[in-house]
Amino acid sequence: MLQDKDRIFTNLYGVHDPLLKGARSRGDWDNTAAILARGRDAIIDEMKKSGLRGRGGAGFPTGLKWSFMPKQSDRPCYLVVNADESEPGTCKDRDILRHDPHKLVEGCLVAGFAMGACAAFIYVRGEFYNEGRMLQAAVDEAYEAGLIGKNACGSGYAFDVVVHRGAGAYICGEETALIESLEGKKGMPRMKPPFPAGVGLYGCPSTVNNVESIAVAPTILRRGADWFLTLGRPNNAGQKLFCISGHVNKPCNVEEELGIPMRELIERHAGGVRGGWDNLLAVIPGGASVPMIPKSICDDVLMDFDSLRGVRSGLGTAAVIVMDKSTDLIKAIARLSKFYMHESCGQCTPCREGTGWMWRVMTRMAEGKADISEIDTLEQVTKQVEGHTICALGDAAAWPIQGLIRHFRPVMEERITAYKARIASPARMAAE
Amino acid sequence: MAGSSSAGFEQPASFTFDAESEAEVAKLIARYPAGKQASAVIPSLYVIQKQMKRQTDSAWVPVKGMDALAERLGMAPIRVYEVATFYFMFNMAPIGKYHLQLCTTTPCWLRGSDDIVAACREATGIKGWKETSADGMFTMTEVECVGACVNAPILQVDDDFYEDMDREKTLALIAALREGNIPPKGSMSGRQNSAPEGGPTTMLTLHFAPEA
Repeated sequence: MLQDKDRIFTNLYGVHDPLLKGARSRGDWDNTAAILARGRDAIIDEMKKSGLRGRGGAGFPTGLKWSFMPKQSDRPCYLVVNADESEPGTCKDRDILRHDPHKLVEGCLVAGFAMGACAAFIYVRGEFYNEGRMLQAAVDEAYEAGLIGKNACGSGYAFDVVVHRGAGAYICGEETALIESLEGKKGMPRMKPPFPAGVGLYGCPSTVNNVESIAVAPTILRRGADWFLTLGRPNNAGQKLFCISGHVNKPCNVEEELGIPMRELIERHAGGVRGGWDNLLAVIPGGASVPMIPKSICDDVLMDFDSLRGVRSGLGTAAVIVMDKSTDLIKAIARLSKFYMHESCGQCTPCREGTGWMWRVMTRMAEGKADISEIDTLEQVTKQVEGHTICALGDAAAWPIQGLIRHFRPVMEERITAYKARIASPARMAAE
Repeated sequence: MAGSSSAGFEQPASFTFDAESEAEVAKLIARYPAGKQASAVIPSLYVIQKQMKRQTDSAWVPVKGMDALAERLGMAPIRVYEVATFYFMFNMAPIGKYHLQLCTTTPCWLRGSDDIVAACREATGIKGWKETSADGMFTMTEVECVGACVNAPILQVDDDFYEDMDREKTLALIAALREGNIPPKGSMSGRQNSAPEGGPTTMLTLHFAPEA
């Protein structure tokens, strides 16, 4: 369990002043110049040593990602921050933007400096209008105080921060789609390679990081990689923001250690599952894209990247969607299928056609209006979409259905059988 | 193209950025590197939508507005059209005074978004999605996850989130809007943002020096 003295997000709920005065009282912008004075390599080495894994879902080591940026470049380099938080179940970056925006702005400076970037572009999802305004207020304050700008923190380093508002497209959370969108185009993912570190925003070397990954960097650099490594579990270091939604008594966001048991997370902070732990049916542990796991696995699974991967799911964004025994799981997943159909950018055929097909079949499955053999067909189609598209949206659309079939195939079969029985029922025919 | 008078509404014959919009667009363009002013297209489309709201009480983006923006940014008009229609937050047709955006994605659905939809329909008389009430006060749009799931269900009105909604709170909100009263945004249950109901389980031992 994370102790208060080890918290990074000390204003998660907005109890205190989110702006500069309050942020400074919480330790932000405390001698940032000294961090920069360590030099680019030392900062990246410390981040690598801390073991921080990207907080946007994929869990790629953050320090390593920064090190991919060219040491010398004749073109400008950019840091791009992904604040297009749209993964269903996820609302952690929202709290950083509105309650602790200076952690992000300061993080932009140290991360940007470490990768030799001249500017950071923060892409905020369009729906976060008020959150974006709070972030902009923090950026304006930071300029005024000389913390960023021509001579950031008096270090002699020039660094700009730009807040950019998106317009409601989940796909822009994919890093290359985000870059396209930032350039003023439709948010359609690019082929990789070239990777953004070579050819990114405006054709220049760029690194795209999640809000939380950037916002924790200054604290890690202040308190040291060794401190960060004392939290969490091996290869899953540190703390993390969790979002607990769905059928719990007290849904909430909370900062906890990676590796906390799922049951403890839910019971300690979210008031437990509605109706008690035994009323639990299944949990989607890392945002809509990761496969659900049934109660039997939830009983003792730990909340970190490797533990959840070990049960064929994932930590993703650490958005824990809890479903109790009253839940129609088929309908819950069918709704996610509709989400992916709506959000597919339409560029790749397997995704454009497949997401619509999967939604239509899932809708029939929810009703039971299907043949039992179609469950296998559906699973095969998910496998044909998965891995056959430019970006991971196709995979994200496939996995929830795969998770449903893997753990709850009998429920789907029962639904079909019941439908068939209803249709064939003489009582119904008599009633008609 | 879509949005001609045959679609049931008139496109304005012209659109000119007013002084407020002009200042905003100029500020937006200045944020991006020289020659990269196309980056300002999405933020500027909001400027057009807001100007329409000021001038007509309906937030939408007319074709002439996109044309004016294309000229301002040195883009082909089709590039602006394709951006405006790719993203979901630009209204390509007039909407009501208040835009009710209902999240029905799974996390909101698990917390009862069906009840919120039903309450909105009951209070406004709107039957379908993207439809406007007969009195022109409300447009109902089904939206995908708005990213406030621990405060589900969410009803977004224009730019503001109303959180922890239920049937009664929805009816009361719509009645207030009808009277021209816009209640404070955020959690309608009175809890502290995304903290658990009844108070935080964390930060009970760490205190900061007074901020004043």
